[in-house]
Amino acid sequence: MNLTRRHLLHSLAAGCLALAIPSAHADVLANIKQAGVLRVAVPQDFPPFGSVGTDLKPRGYDIDTAALLAKDLGVRLELIPVTSTNRIPYLTTGKADLVISSLGRNPDREKVIDFSIAYAPFFNGVFGPAEAVIKGAPDLAGKTIGVTRGAVEDLELSKIAPPNTTIKRFEDNNSTISAYLSGQVNLVATGNVVAAAVNEMTKLRRLDPKFLIKNSPCSIGVAKGEAALLAKVNAAIGAAKKDGRLNEIANRWLHSPLPKDL
Amino acid sequence: MAYQFAFAPVFDNADLLLKGAGFTLGLTAIGATLGIGLGILGAISRAWKIAPFDRLFAVYVELIRNTPFLVQLFFIFFGLPSLGVQITEWSAAILAMVINLGAYSTEIIRAGIQATPRGQIEAAESLAFSRRQIFRHVVLVPALQRVWPALASQVIIVMLGSAVCSQIATEELTFAANFIQSRNFRAFETYFVTTGMYFLMALMLRQLLMWLGRRFIFRRAAR
Repeated sequence: MNLTRRHLLHSLAAGCLALAIPSAHADVLANIKQAGVLRVAVPQDFPPFGSVGTDLKPRGYDIDTAALLAKDLGVRLELIPVTSTNRIPYLTTGKADLVISSLGRNPDREKVIDFSIAYAPFFNGVFGPAEAVIKGAPDLAGKTIGVTRGAVEDLELSKIAPPNTTIKRFEDNNSTISAYLSGQVNLVATGNVVAAAVNEMTKLRRLDPKFLIKNSPCSIGVAKGEAALLAKVNAAIGAAKKDGRLNEIANRWLHSPLPKDL
Repeated sequence: MAYQFAFAPVFDNADLLLKGAGFTLGLTAIGATLGIGLGILGAISRAWKIAPFDRLFAVYVELIRNTPFLVQLFFIFFGLPSLGVQITEWSAAILAMVINLGAYSTEIIRAGIQATPRGQIEAAESLAFSRRQIFRHVVLVPALQRVWPALASQVIIVMLGSAVCSQIATEELTFAANFIQSRNFRAFETYFVTTGMYFLMALMLRQLLMWLGRRFIFRRAAR
């Protein structure tokens, strides 16, 4: 009698433990499959990676990549629009399963989240009017340059710009571009693809490339410690690179094929 | 998900936060002074129906009180350059705050002025007060006295509202918080500390405004 009771207690305790372990290390991949929904944080102010189309639906390189992953996982896609500043908090607070938001890898970010292999090419540079003679960071002295707060170009420019450069940091990419187009800043630091997209949309003020700040191909952000999900994402991206589906996305949004070294 | 709280990365940037808080208070001081000044002018124009200013102020008050502060700020900073008016982010922030507070304080002070009992003005007239004396001692000062708590609340709302000026790269307290958060990704800690700072600043500002009211308005009021 006593023995059976003890057995019962033991098995109960063991059962509780077994239940407790997976919930302590929530497996996001399992949750995605169970819910049948992949929640992806995407940009909405960052063409051609993510913007809002004339039908008011999000469109772009990141959105198509998200759709590709959801299809591979066999689940429904839910898009969550985010800004440069809040895209990492969305992932760290569990509001999104993945961040596909033209996110560049850097050591600070790697402390907080994990990164997949690169899925898109991305170069940052300084852009300005044709007549501005800017060959490198030292030429920025005395100039006012606009940048989106928290973006890779902000972090890099803060290091390389001469001390008497005025760096104006805006909340989102729209504000940064608006500040340039309305003449509030002399120059902007942004992605080459963004500059190309803006030049396509408006003739207000040309964005001509001045110099390259950083080559930072985009990776998909995954919450720390989600090895299963990360492996799945890497496999899907690797396969899409091989069979040309990712190249198709690059041609559609960047008007050029994927670089060989990506 | 077990989150490890770490406040050190925020306090490492205490100088940025304090500088930002200083700029927020500076913006508020200039914005409140000019805004209440504008509000007094507006209230006088509207209460005494001084044409054409009463109409102009009526349109202005409705326009500002029925549109979002952020949109007003964007219009000044991003919109006006199209008309050739190029102003810095600080001027844009101050201008937006003055215009915004001016509209609200016009209505608050006008309410105070219109609550002046007719008999008090008649009594002053019968005591041979000049028009200026009546206006100052019987109308304006008691009016300010009546609405001072409401006005103080409005100034605090404007101070808290100045947070949105971070959107146009005005480097005030919220800008500092966003900047730090964009560098260390410590969203909880950064905004927790910033929330505390705003709370203390609002409490202090209310005390200061109440003291200023007692010192300069209530004492001189005709009682």
